[in-house]
Amino acid sequence: MSVTIYVPGDSGALSLGAEKVAKAIAKEAADRGVDAKIVRNGSRGLYWLEPMVEVVTDAGRVAYGPVAAKDVASLFDAGFVTGGQHKLSLGDPEKLPYVAKQTRLTFARCGITDPLSLEDYEAHGGLTGLRNAVKMAPADIVKQVTESGLRGRGGAGFPTGIKWKTVLDTAADQKYIVCNADEGDSATFADRMIMEGDPFVLIEGMAIAGLATHATKGYVYIRSEYPHAIAVMTKAVEVARKAGVLGKSVLGSSQGFDIEIRSGAGAYVCGEETSLLNSLEGKRGVVRAKPPLPAIQGLFGKPTVINNVISLASVPIVMDKGAQYYKDFGMGRSRGTIPIQIAGNVKHGGLFEVAFGLTLGEIVDEIGGGTASGRPVKAVQVGGPLGAYFPRALFDTPFDYEAFAAKDGLIGHAGITVFDDSADMLKQARFAMEFCAIESCGKCTPCRIGSTRGVETLDKLAQNIEPEKQLALVTDLCNTMKFGSLCALGGFTPYPVMSAINHFPEDFRPATVAQAAE
Amino acid sequence: MVMQPASTELAARTAAVISEMKNLEGPLIPILHGVQEEFGYVPQESLPIIAEALNISRAEVHGVFTFYHDFRHNPAGRHVLKVCQAEACQSMGSDAIAAQIKQTLGIGFHETSKDGAVTLEPIYCLGLCACAPAAMLDGEVIGRLDADKIEEIAEEVRK
Ligand SMILES: Cc1cc2nc3c(=O)[nH]c(=O)nc-3n(C[C@H](O)[C@H](O)[C@H](O)COP(=O)(O)O)c2cc1C
Ligand code: SF4
Ligand code: FES
Ligand code: FES
Repeated sequence: MSVTIYVPGDSGALSLGAEKVAKAIAKEAADRGVDAKIVRNGSRGLYWLEPMVEVVTDAGRVAYGPVAAKDVASLFDAGFVTGGQHKLSLGDPEKLPYVAKQTRLTFARCGITDPLSLEDYEAHGGLTGLRNAVKMAPADIVKQVTESGLRGRGGAGFPTGIKWKTVLDTAADQKYIVCNADEGDSATFADRMIMEGDPFVLIEGMAIAGLATHATKGYVYIRSEYPHAIAVMTKAVEVARKAGVLGKSVLGSSQGFDIEIRSGAGAYVCGEETSLLNSLEGKRGVVRAKPPLPAIQGLFGKPTVINNVISLASVPIVMDKGAQYYKDFGMGRSRGTIPIQIAGNVKHGGLFEVAFGLTLGEIVDEIGGGTASGRPVKAVQVGGPLGAYFPRALFDTPFDYEAFAAKDGLIGHAGITVFDDSADMLKQARFAMEFCAIESCGKCTPCRIGSTRGVETLDKLAQNIEPEKQLALVTDLCNTMKFGSLCALGGFTPYPVMSAINHFPEDFRPATVAQAAE
Repeated sequence: MVMQPASTELAARTAAVISEMKNLEGPLIPILHGVQEEFGYVPQESLPIIAEALNISRAEVHGVFTFYHDFRHNPAGRHVLKVCQAEACQSMGSDAIAAQIKQTLGIGFHETSKDGAVTLEPIYCLGLCACAPAAMLDGEVIGRLDADKIEEIAEEVRK
């Protein structure tokens, strides 16, 4: 009898020892004469339980976690290959509350299937969206994506269908689909998880975008900090090409589409779409002024769809189940689901895909379970290094693009960092300025110089040198950066800085600062 | 047989990388990555060779080379340890972790140990933000860094 055992090959699981666990299981199985087939799946995203090992039994999948290599012998002793009880038993993974409470549309297969098995992908509903798209006129595909209400998940929330329509309507001999997999924001890992755990869904989404706009070439620009994602995507593209999903003819249709994987080179600003295009062209990653829009003059001057990984990976479900199905999830103008990434000092950190509309408090306290340290939550930063710090007083804010904007914040790529009461918000504000100074592309003076001045000013404040004057100066600098910057790096750095000052004034008050300095 | 002068060898190895990637659209960044993989850094002498092959100015190649944090101007140590210093890791004490690592290895950020064993660098997010504090040693990911794991890293690089 052969048993199938899943041990995630996801970077997060690997960072917690999954490789050693997989090796230990293989060795123990061989020693005991158990015929075990080990599948390296993606992660389901419950990182406090990783490495989470699953065994296929007659009664379905049974999970164990967090498993360390040293637990493996005792797992075999407990008969885990047939679902035996062990102190690490988690039962049916689908029934874990963190899993059961989610609505997994984009991440439907992540953590469940073998990432590089196209058969597995199809057996779990993959390629249905692309098969439907092949039979449709480009304008109808664009219409369906537009009607789904899908908005860009990279941060700006621009309607995906409308972007595609511009590219479709612009005539050119060559058009491109560029996938933005630069995922530089702290607290975000959804792109990484999907590329490592279900790469075909991204490939399928890009192929649909190609059919919808007459683009025949796609690039995935993946940050160099993600070597595992680059490796999986590279292999997946080869598999898809061999199977005729990519190549001269997409699934036997009259249009071709192929994908090339490119690695970034360690510049945060290259996540900004025009900087990314410059980087792909082999130039410095300097931000371009808009117009022209990339949809009209993008990569090498050609009409280009540039979308985030999750935007593109959400398209197959829209083309499979229909616009209305997707649109029925969510609230207001934020339709569908959003993979929220709960990170930092939090008990249950991980990926939680759900319809828009949960409140920040529900996400942090109920789903995240509060801090990992057990201390009170002081602040949460939403939306990465350009996102605002929210105090508990704003925990009733619903997760929705407009609701966050109304509170001087942003959803961004939906990453949330939890801080406990030991956080020093002056230090966090200083870091925001420092990060902007390190990563500025250098084009705008307010961003390049302002951020450096910001660091100096906050340092003076920390040393209690004319504190009132420094606070006024920082506020003034933030205004200049906000209105005088070409892109959101310089333009949004004021969000974390000013939210820290406004919501946590006690950390900036001369008296406390003076005490801390003594 | 006379030993080839180092510069001829360097030119040949650079040219080999270039010829492999030259036909890509926008080949410069892949070439710089390739050259760095070949030598462990991007030698100054490689830049004019790349410029000539791609028919662009040396200034342009230099500009691109210096823009990106990834490209090294000098050889790194045998091991490269990148320690995340971004917000999610900060919330889990990455400052203290970095201080401990610096003390254990006896070097600061952007420095290489005297024996050439290890180069230490800060990095801003590895996508392991739910497994913070995080680091990467020669491309291998490490989550939930603590004193024990730092000791393991130190042992590994001193091997
Ligand atoms: C400094 C900066 C960094 C950005 N980083 C990313 C990123 O890593 N990934 C991403 O998808 N979008 C990023 N964006 C947003 C992109 O410019 C762009 O809005 C997005 O790729 C469009 O795709 P979407 O409509 O699918 O969201 C960044 C923007 C700025 C200003
Ligand atoms: S705001 Fe900063 S990063 Fe953005 S274009 Fe200006 S200088 Fe470059
Ligand atoms: S380019 Fe100078 S302020 Fe924007
Ligand atoms: S912030 Fe450290 S891994 Fe993301």
